[in-house]
Amino acid sequence: MRWSLERWVVTAAAAIFALVTLAPLLWMLSVSFMAPGEAAAFPPPLIPTDPTLANYRELFVTYGIGKYFGNSLLLATLATLLALLFTVPAGYAFAKLRFKGRDGIFQVLVGALVIPGQIGMLPLFLMLKGMGLVNSYAGALVPWLAGIFGIFLVRQYCLSIPDEMLEAARVDGASEGRIFRSIVLPMLTPILVTLALFVFLGSWNDFMWPLIILADQDLYTLPVALAALSREHVQDNELMMAGSVVTTLPVLILFLALQRFYMSGLLAGSVKG
Amino acid sequence: MTRTRAPWPFVSPALLAIGLFFVVPAIASLFLSFTDFDIYALADLNNLRFVGFDNYTRLTGNPLFWRAMGNTLWFVMLGVPLVVALSLAAALLVNARTLHWKPLWRVALFAPYVTTLVATAVVWRYLLHTRYGLVNYALGWFGIEPIDWLGSPTASLPAILIFVAWKTFGYNMIIFMAALQTVPHELHEAARIDGAGPWARFRHVTLPAIAPVVLLVSILSVAGFFQLFAEPYVMTQGGPAQSTVTVLYFMYEEGFKWWNLGSGAAVAFILFVMIFAVTLAQLAVAKRAERA
Repeated sequence: MRWSLERWVVTAAAAIFALVTLAPLLWMLSVSFMAPGEAAAFPPPLIPTDPTLANYRELFVTYGIGKYFGNSLLLATLATLLALLFTVPAGYAFAKLRFKGRDGIFQVLVGALVIPGQIGMLPLFLMLKGMGLVNSYAGALVPWLAGIFGIFLVRQYCLSIPDEMLEAARVDGASEGRIFRSIVLPMLTPILVTLALFVFLGSWNDFMWPLIILADQDLYTLPVALAALSREHVQDNELMMAGSVVTTLPVLILFLALQRFYMSGLLAGSVKG
Repeated sequence: MTRTRAPWPFVSPALLAIGLFFVVPAIASLFLSFTDFDIYALADLNNLRFVGFDNYTRLTGNPLFWRAMGNTLWFVMLGVPLVVALSLAAALLVNARTLHWKPLWRVALFAPYVTTLVATAVVWRYLLHTRYGLVNYALGWFGIEPIDWLGSPTASLPAILIFVAWKTFGYNMIIFMAALQTVPHELHEAARIDGAGPWARFRHVTLPAIAPVVLLVSILSVAGFFQLFAEPYVMTQGGPAQSTVTVLYFMYEEGFKWWNLGSGAAVAFILFVMIFAVTLAQLAVAKRAERA
């Protein structure tokens, strides 16, 4: 491509826009390497004069953030596995298996997508309290089992599977379960990656439900622990930036590595209306 | 016979989970809102009474409830146009035919959307610091005096709006970019030959073509701005002077701080009705605009 004047102007504008957008994240990273108190100066320093890992050391040694990291990792992994287990077979069935009431049920599910989950939060809390699941990971995982969006995403993808292929397997005497495992699942790999990524990021970033359901500090996920820590350490700018890096860097890296899957799922999901 | 029974192992776990953990709680919320479920009922269900519309009438007499409603409506009314305009501008820029390295800019502008909300809210609390924050420092280049973003009741709501806009515009930008790619290039060329400038082409070619997507994005944004919770929780704790208490924040405090679960459920239901009503109004306006 030629570098005409217009190209220069447009590209420079995009670069400035991107720099302003990324500035908070870059600043977070930079301040996390500053000595305690260094960022509280005017004009605000952009680069640490003497980069240090002291804040990270304090986070892991004094505040045990490694434990919260482990909790978040465990919870997000379990949420992902459970969500796939519950929603993928259902999404396939709504696309490819004929049964009574199929289209009606699916219409209702799509309609229910507009209902925000917070509506039922208080009764759900009481229900789980009755079941003895408050203050447990089982309670924290429950909303991920009811993933209507996942069913929708998988169904849209399954519609493109040719019926003849499934019929041929049926004629050969394969059971529906066998067909799903050996023929359908391998074809679904891209959408499985997309869905897994959505659920993992969603669970990792989730705040309100873990805040409500997990009372025991030892069970806290990273966002809940970070919010609590930031209320106690309002002045400790550099420490909190390191905590934010630990919380957000894993999901940023995961997104960057798998962004192709993320973007395609996002577009498939947005045309649901 | 096996053909008709076969689907149920596939769909019943998911439908059971949706019924049990989504549909039942949503309906139970309405029932709960007609009871005086509080900390005494939590200890012993015999203390639970059916109180009709008492929770609703008591809420209408609670100034903090009206404050939360007012704040939330401000968030929606200011935030939705801001996010739609910002994400459309970003999409137009990144979609420009003459732009180099498009995938790079696309990822950079989208990145805030996938970050952890609590973590970036913590970051922005320091960015918005009156004396040492980068935001006031940058504003200083333009001769603007430092603003006490999170400490003043008038600046706190705009401060959170700026943060939410930064966090979410990338998502809508991606949706807009997909829509812009469906606008036929020939239409632009024809308008250009007819002497239409960039603004006229945007107004009369691009905008009508992507109108349904603008509607979609604004409906999604309305629902998003009605559900702000972690932002005020982390950045301002609803303050100062209750200027950033949102409906969801109010519901959280009613339910899980004061254990007034009946009253909290009433708030949840009102929130749902408001989102529903605004969405219907948007659809009605869109339909009328289409006919006009």
